[in-house]
Amino acid sequence: MDALLLHRIHFGFTITFHYLFPQLTMGLALLIVVMKTIALRTGQEIYNESARFWAKIFAVNFLIGVVTGIPMEFQFGTNWSQFARVTGGVIGQPLAMEGVFSFFLESAFLGLFLFGEKRLSPRAHWASAFLVWLGSWISGFFIIVTNAWMQHPVAYRVLPDGRYEVTSFWGLLTNPWALIQYAHNMSGAVVTGSLVMCSVGAFYLLDNANREHAKVFLKVGVTAGLISCITQIFPTGDLHGRYMARNQPAAVAVMEGLYRTQKGAPIVLMGQPDEERQTIDNPLIANGILSFLIYGTTKAEVQGLDQIPRDQWPEPQPLLYYAYHVMAGLGTYFALLMVVAALLLWRGKLFTARWVLWPLLLSFPLPYIANTAGWMTAEIGRQPWIVYGLIRTSQGYSKYVSAGNGLFTLLGFMGMYALLSVLFIVLVYRIIHTGPAVAAGQQAPHDGALVTD
Amino acid sequence: MGFVWFWIVAVMIVAYVVLDGFDLGVGILHFLVARTEQERHLVIRSIGPVWDGNEVWLLASGGTLYFAFPLLYASAFSGFYLALMIVLWLLIMRGVSVELRSHMDTPVWKSFFDGMFFVSSALLAIFFGAALANVIRGVPLNAEGYFFLPLWTDWRTGAQPGILDWYTVLGGVIALLALAVHGSLYLAVKTEGALQLRAREFAKPGAIALLAITIVSLPATVFVRADILANYRQYPVGFAVPVLVLLAVSGMIYFSRRSEDRKAFGASCLYLCVMLVGAAVGLYPRLLPSSSDPGLDITIAKAISGPYALRVGLIWWAFGMALAILYFVVVYRMFRGKVSLGDGYGH
Repeated sequence: MDALLLHRIHFGFTITFHYLFPQLTMGLALLIVVMKTIALRTGQEIYNESARFWAKIFAVNFLIGVVTGIPMEFQFGTNWSQFARVTGGVIGQPLAMEGVFSFFLESAFLGLFLFGEKRLSPRAHWASAFLVWLGSWISGFFIIVTNAWMQHPVAYRVLPDGRYEVTSFWGLLTNPWALIQYAHNMSGAVVTGSLVMCSVGAFYLLDNANREHAKVFLKVGVTAGLISCITQIFPTGDLHGRYMARNQPAAVAVMEGLYRTQKGAPIVLMGQPDEERQTIDNPLIANGILSFLIYGTTKAEVQGLDQIPRDQWPEPQPLLYYAYHVMAGLGTYFALLMVVAALLLWRGKLFTARWVLWPLLLSFPLPYIANTAGWMTAEIGRQPWIVYGLIRTSQGYSKYVSAGNGLFTLLGFMGMYALLSVLFIVLVYRIIHTGPAVAAGQQAPHDGALVTD
Repeated sequence: MGFVWFWIVAVMIVAYVVLDGFDLGVGILHFLVARTEQERHLVIRSIGPVWDGNEVWLLASGGTLYFAFPLLYASAFSGFYLALMIVLWLLIMRGVSVELRSHMDTPVWKSFFDGMFFVSSALLAIFFGAALANVIRGVPLNAEGYFFLPLWTDWRTGAQPGILDWYTVLGGVIALLALAVHGSLYLAVKTEGALQLRAREFAKPGAIALLAITIVSLPATVFVRADILANYRQYPVGFAVPVLVLLAVSGMIYFSRRSEDRKAFGASCLYLCVMLVGAAVGLYPRLLPSSSDPGLDITIAKAISGPYALRVGLIWWAFGMALAILYFVVVYRMFRGKVSLGDGYGH
């Protein structure tokens, strides 16, 4: 296999697997802080019990997130050394800051949060939960700053030997792309957290177990889900799309299946792109909507793929198109589901409405798919660049690491992550099976910092 | 600036080795010192709340290296590709084994993760020792500053060595022994009763063996890289470092015989610290020497980032480190004293 493709798959596989876990922990951390806050203010113990239950699920996810995250930082050097060598002066900074400002914070306070409840006052325990949330969201910010610079490089200069150096630290951290992407991404993490919480709540109600806890899960989950699913579309998704259309027109053209530049460009709701003939088969389209979404008027001209030089077309095109459509389609479904669930919750009918509880239960895998598809849209959309407009992906990989070695370690990661997946599913199943009521009554023995049972 | 960042990275690596060193050591030793399920449980508990924070020093060092010396990060990480990937797998296995062991109360489950904890800890110690020895020995850098090392070739330290040769294996063995002793002294501080006695019993002969292998390693290092002495000859005050190394091991032997566990552990921290500082002094201003041509060495001047990035970095780094040290003080204070099987945060 070609070395470039192999290194891309290597990074793509390890990052995709890794991000299944942080997207839940970042969202869940916020929901746990919400539960702890309600418990502190109203004195309702059931919110503390619920927080304790979710802390266990958080801990397993956090552990897998930590151990699969370590390879990410190293792969810039191992598999993408030519890229790392020239960009360290810019993005080495946020990556180092993530370690210094976030990982120390998280690792210190997670142990206190998980095992310190008896030793700490309720306020101090709330504070430890808050700091864990803060640490996880700081971590997300620095990663987004790194990625945003690759999507939309700002505040840099080129040194005579071809390396890049940051010229404004503030400019790097406030890259407009980073701020928009961060809002969209974190809102996406809350979508995952709340949908998973709703799913477990719906499961317990349908299973007729842990009913009181299930109601707490649904109250918190549906409320947070409604807010995050709407902000995911508007304003964050809307802003992101419009900013992208202005700065990465090639990506948007492929995402939307717009092969020819036109005024009053339509949006393709469904259809299958035919890459060779540059058309969409079986299209279901709405005229003028794409122009409207990007420029605010149905008459505006939108750049199609025909205006982009062929050597700057993102690859693989069908994957980019489908990833984007899957993300947008699921995002729309989430918003509808949450609006219905929130209405029923408000009217006091949600807990008996089986026709909504069932979709809530079954929807838990979907936010993972949507978040992953969103990241695939961003990352494939940036191709063929590793740093947009500056460095091609083909110039970035480690040319002295042979394809054979890359394949060997890719297979190694696949095997290892298959094992981790099995362990993860078994452990989370056990936590959900045991349930929050038992968890509240007893403190089982534990050894490590992160995982209790 | 280069001088400052060289020592910043060195200090972070020292912090990593001293801190994560004891929990790696605990992993290497736990089959030897802990005989019953209760004892195993205690051993893991003695590092439970801190191992993850200790490991963060590795990540923070890696990130800082990337930012301050991008060429070194790019060259070394891709050149040691296979070894680094194995290290990553071992780190995954180790984290999982510490945390998941107590998740199910069945002997097979626990034994499985106990074994994984031992294997991953021991191999990591060996790999880290071998990595440092690789840096001292030098690697076959090309004109672009890249190299690629196979895992082994003919086990000799010539111009085309492998990641493993007799010298780097020696480095691995020293690391394995040093961290095992470091871990045993930590356990002696954190535990009581039979467990503490067994930990001490390991430390006594362990420290003597460490003294012996350390004495062997000094001439071996000069044999492999004669110019490591250049800085020492120029600044003879540097010879205080090897003297301190020997004093530290002697202190470990002396205090462990008298069962003064805290002092012995302190001496072990000093030993790890001065061993690494000694290597750093010998290498400076090189970051990664060439095994054939000194002109190809990756030096601070070649690898350093631009001045603006480094100036800004110094500000946030100092601020971030102050915070990190504060967290460590909080955690280690909460976790002070001997571990027991009771409820709560490590107690």
